[in-house]
Amino acid sequence: MIQIDHLVKIFTMGENEIRALDDVSFSIAKGEMVSIMGPSGSGKSTLMSIAGCLDVPTSGSYLLDDIPVEKMKDSQLADVRNRKIGFVFQQFNLLSRTSALENVILPLSYSGLSARACREKAEKALELVGLKERMKHHPNELSGGQQQRVAIARALANDPALLIADEPTGALDSKTGAGIMDLFQTLHRDFGQTVIVVTHDSFVAQHTGRIIRLVDGRIVSDALNANPLKAGTPRPGAED
Amino acid sequence: MLLSQNLRTAFRALLANKLRSALTILGIVIGVAAVVALMAIGNGATSSITNRIASSGSNLLNIQAGRSQRPSPGQPFNQTNLTYKDYKALVTTLTDVAGIAPAYQSNYTVTYNTLSTSTSVVGVTGDYFSVHTYTISSGRALTDADGASQKQVAVLGTTTVTDLFGTEDPLGKSIKINDKSFTVIGVLTPKDSSGFNDTNDTILIPLETGYNKLFGANAIRNGERTVSAIAVSASSADTVDLVSSQITFVLRHQHHLALDDDDDFRIQNQAELLSTLSSVTTTMTTFLGAIAAISLLVGGIGIMNITLVSVSERTREIGLRKAVGARKNHILFQFLVETMTLSIIGGVTGIGVGMAIAWGVTALNLITAVVSVSSIALSFTFSVLIGLFFGIYPAYRAANLHPMEALRSE
Ligand SMILES: Nc1ncnc2c1ncn2[C@@H]1O[C@H](COP(=O)(O)OP(=O)(O)O)[C@@H](O)[C@H]1O
Ligand SMILES: [Mg+2]
Repeated sequence: MIQIDHLVKIFTMGENEIRALDDVSFSIAKGEMVSIMGPSGSGKSTLMSIAGCLDVPTSGSYLLDDIPVEKMKDSQLADVRNRKIGFVFQQFNLLSRTSALENVILPLSYSGLSARACREKAEKALELVGLKERMKHHPNELSGGQQQRVAIARALANDPALLIADEPTGALDSKTGAGIMDLFQTLHRDFGQTVIVVTHDSFVAQHTGRIIRLVDGRIVSDALNANPLKAGTPRPGAED
Repeated sequence: MLLSQNLRTAFRALLANKLRSALTILGIVIGVAAVVALMAIGNGATSSITNRIASSGSNLLNIQAGRSQRPSPGQPFNQTNLTYKDYKALVTTLTDVAGIAPAYQSNYTVTYNTLSTSTSVVGVTGDYFSVHTYTISSGRALTDADGASQKQVAVLGTTTVTDLFGTEDPLGKSIKINDKSFTVIGVLTPKDSSGFNDTNDTILIPLETGYNKLFGANAIRNGERTVSAIAVSASSADTVDLVSSQITFVLRHQHHLALDDDDDFRIQNQAELLSTLSSVTTTMTTFLGAIAAISLLVGGIGIMNITLVSVSERTREIGLRKAVGARKNHILFQFLVETMTLSIIGGVTGIGVGMAIAWGVTALNLITAVVSVSSIALSFTFSVLIGLFFGIYPAYRAANLHPMEALRSE
């Protein structure tokens, strides 16, 4: 499903060159749930923005469903983001002036569906994340966990092949974060959804079946996790 | 789906900053209102001037004394005159004319009982009424017989009637012009006069009565009775030029001018005057419209300014829209819908305000403003184009934001 080879991303800031990604190669199969783990500044977000077609690599190749993404035109990339990828951000990034439902409709409205089809699909996605009865609420009337669920519903609205979550629990307390991880596990288990979770927290990473560790833009380990934690398991050492 | 979504997004964004949007719209409102109102006033001025000239008879040739050019240096500047004899010569020689009306005009104090007014007294012949398209609303007009028998009778304009008589019926009453008694025998139908001098503030008396009883020595020069002007009405529009050259021939002969002498009189052609004046007022209208259009342009720059601010404030929103699959065109379209919404609301409101100004100016009797459909269509189209033109650049900037950079902003 994802095939990344010798990926390099260099940011130039004046005289300085920052090698955010340095020869990264890996692949992810359909139906996997993988976490990308590493300390802050290790290049996780940069990697995910390329995987999510929000940015292009400096060099290297990226095949998404066997299609070379780096050769795509701007409008084709927009369509890939719209149809194939669902992105969940740490800061939710909901439009504050619109209701939960309209936030979820947003990606659908760019895919040429009728108003009715948009609404139906958006309601279905909100139902999936358990917020159907709150769909008329605006983001400021929802809790952080609920806002992140709306964002997940938005990411799922167009039935994406790949769900990418960049620090999805980073802005939430541990209990609410566990709820979000539970939702991802459910999507993965019950619907075979391919999920990539980015985190700097190894406890969060333990919830996925495979962990890729990133340090200074390089992959330092890529290992399967035979017994992923079930969401809601208490954090070791945490007082309860 | 996308259009209605875009409209909703646009309204929401504009409502989120009500004051800002209102001020931006105000810029367009002022521009459009200025275009509509000024064009209406210009059109009104044009039509009132042309109506006035047309109502004074468009086949009219007006002869006045005086050279059209100053004499060349070294030559004496001798005063020239039109005389009653010139008039008589014209009467015997001109063909293809409907009427010839000499007039001697002078200002006098006129009294009736205790009321008095200073007004223009004009000595005229019977032709004066038809040549200048005057009609009588009560009583009768002056005739050549009144002049022949030197009757002391007068026909009054409505303003003079009001000044002297108030609501009293003036017919048969005796007024005093410069202490000479005249009997009022008729009242003129009021004429539309939107210029500086009131054409209804006048007293007409028989020309020959005037020479003998009123004008005295003032009207005599070099032993000849003079006239202020002679109006000649050609029989049709086609004969105006012919009559004009006949007049030139006769008057040059009468005044004993040598071949290389300039004319010592001027012939004013009403049709020519009409076209000159209406081209002047049309130019003026266009000029006013252009000045107003500049303020519309300034309004457009206001739209651009506020949209640029809006784009930079909403960078993150734009990044998100791109992240969930908006193409460049979608973003471009979204912001254009926003600027067009501003400019269309401004345009429609401006047309309303402009029409209200035109109506108010007319109601206050300042000038009869005529709102033309074309000025409405023009300013509306112009404001839509301005929304489009000044929206393109900010929208283009928004559309070209890099999705990742936009999301990272703040
Ligand atoms: N747009 C950018 N311009 C310049 N440097 C950047 C940009 N994006 C990321 N970087 C740099 O690249 C490195 C990796 O950043 P990032 O991918 O955000 O790390 P992480 O998500 O793991 O914290 C950091 O040093 C960061 O400063
Ligand atoms: Mg990051």
